[in-house]
Amino acid sequence: MPFAQTIGGTRYVFGDLKALMARATPPRSGDALAGVAAESAAERVAAQRALADLPLAHFLSEAVIPYEADEVTRLIMDRHDVAAFAPVRHLTVGGFRDWLLAADPAAVTALAPGLTPEMVAAVSKIMRVADLIQVAAKCRVITRFRNTIGLPGTLSIRLQPNHPTDDPRGIAASVLDGLLLGAGDAVIGVNPATDNVEAVMRVLDMLDTVRDRFAIPTQSCVLSHVTTTMLAMDRGAPVDLVFQSIGGTEATNTSFGVSLSTLREAREQALSLKRGTVGDNVMYFETGQGSALSAEAHHGVDQQTIEARAYAVAREFAPLLVNTVVGFIGPEYLFDGKQIIRAGLEDHCCGKLLGLPMGVDVCYTNHAESDQDDMDTLLTCLAVAGVTYVMGVPGADDVMLAYQSTSFHDGLTARAMLGKRAAPEFEEWLARMGIGSDTDRIPARLSPALIGLS
Amino acid sequence: MTTPSLWRDLRRFTDARVGLGRAGTAQPTAAHLDFQEAHARARDAVWSGLDVRALEVALDRPVRRVRSAAPDRRTFLLRPDLGRRLADDTELPRAPGTVAIVIADGLCAIGVQRHAPAVLQRLLPLLPLPVGPIVIAEQARVALGDDIAERLGAAAVVVMIGERPGLSATDSLGLYLTWTPRRGRTDAERNCISNIRPGGLTYDEAAAKAAWLLRAAQTLGATGVALKDDMPATALPAPC
Repeated sequence: MPFAQTIGGTRYVFGDLKALMARATPPRSGDALAGVAAESAAERVAAQRALADLPLAHFLSEAVIPYEADEVTRLIMDRHDVAAFAPVRHLTVGGFRDWLLAADPAAVTALAPGLTPEMVAAVSKIMRVADLIQVAAKCRVITRFRNTIGLPGTLSIRLQPNHPTDDPRGIAASVLDGLLLGAGDAVIGVNPATDNVEAVMRVLDMLDTVRDRFAIPTQSCVLSHVTTTMLAMDRGAPVDLVFQSIGGTEATNTSFGVSLSTLREAREQALSLKRGTVGDNVMYFETGQGSALSAEAHHGVDQQTIEARAYAVAREFAPLLVNTVVGFIGPEYLFDGKQIIRAGLEDHCCGKLLGLPMGVDVCYTNHAESDQDDMDTLLTCLAVAGVTYVMGVPGADDVMLAYQSTSFHDGLTARAMLGKRAAPEFEEWLARMGIGSDTDRIPARLSPALIGLS
Repeated sequence: MTTPSLWRDLRRFTDARVGLGRAGTAQPTAAHLDFQEAHARARDAVWSGLDVRALEVALDRPVRRVRSAAPDRRTFLLRPDLGRRLADDTELPRAPGTVAIVIADGLCAIGVQRHAPAVLQRLLPLLPLPVGPIVIAEQARVALGDDIAERLGAAAVVVMIGERPGLSATDSLGLYLTWTPRRGRTDAERNCISNIRPGGLTYDEAAAKAAWLLRAAQTLGATGVALKDDMPATALPAPC
């Protein structure tokens, strides 16, 4: 169904819902690359006005990708909770923005099962950065495995100790460095350099040894392909969390070598290991705007709407952690610091509105027009927005993935600036181990020899 | 080695930026400026070009030169679709049943320039099929290899490509292997060997792994997610 809006004497027509949403999206290089972006600032604001007048209920009758053609659309429609949607059923997208800004945290949080990704993507397109921060901060999402993630007033850190050859001692050194700087309560998660099953199992064993020797109340993960992790579980590897990169269309997920049924099977397998002590959120997902276009699987839908659809995939599997890797994909999707900052805040807000334990890999690559100043800005905004977790990489420099993320220091700084704390079980452990002093000496209880560093 | 007792001693186990110390919660000035310098160098490396003449000399074999449809570096960065397609005037011979070798600049030419000839020299004797033409490709993304190999009619393609520069390394080489390559293949249909550089994967390890994967792909009739890298560590040749 076409939509039209007249501004300044010019009438703009948008052929269907996906065109309307794409034209209403704040500028980013990926939508220009896909040929779906607004052609002028006036066209963009015309689309935003038309989108603001659209009843929220319209999203239940017009899909941006046909129901018959895409299992993610089917998941979104089939899982929609009519009762949870009731408080906002009568609103337009614009009215929904006003409602979110005025509502109390409990009301916003209760809405999640009644919202579809397209609804939250739409409202985010007519929000400013301050709105994205405020609204996200109202959402409460708590998950558990060996500790409790997402409690109000906490900011967790994924300790990311990558090594270019998966050398166990190199990884262990980065793990110890991160622990000494208060990181690791979200997960100790390694991106492996190869998807070799033996190598993945070696890293899994090493991480489990570290966790066990120091008795750390946290979880580990090797971020290999889900099918590799399943093979490792078959062979008895100590798998806490199953990781997978996911996207917002069936074809994107196919390009990643996964489907909803693969993910379902992997989750069942991980649950059967019963390794969680305080909860059973066993999945860890990563997403990022642009992956669908990169896989030529975007169906003409703008990249931010597709990103929000990936969150519908994630929430189906009750994950412990989800993060957008916002600046990883490169300048052809998010050109510069300005675009990365806005995208990171959109992704966080949309993920939270849909009920996810949303973290953000605050990051950029060296071919993007961005630098550490932009990352400081985004990290600070996210911390104010109540981001569930961010990454902790030694010195912000990932020596395996060749991109810059946030450092252990950045995590400490964000916590200090805003009075945020680590997950309670982990915070207690830090105190018990004597971590946090200014000395250069490693506390005796964290003896490097215990984890093979001698 | 003795057990480290001081934080900074952790540096001997990894090139990662560990043991930096603290200024309050932030990084001390020296560590901060080291980072700024490395970022500046990596930014410059993105704009490095391939010295094709020097590469031809180092390879010491006949090569074919092609370009993608991206006319320049800036267009290449903003239009990955053009970097995956050959320029309109490209002509390539037929070489059915071979393994095509594509040496591509990718996001940083430095690693290709330095390491591709040495890796190729070790890989050629290990290939399970006859080697096809060696093609040097400029302004090229990984998937340009599909377009090249489809025109050649090759059975498989090995794309040796510069990985995007990081702060610690601006000379990393990656290998992407695709069985029955043709336009439209997705990344899930490839196998990748990354981080080939001093301090990363050695030339011998990279060549042995590529050969193992190609043999496994020949048996399976496919690369990608279906082909699990289950190569035992002991299958690597002894370092020499």
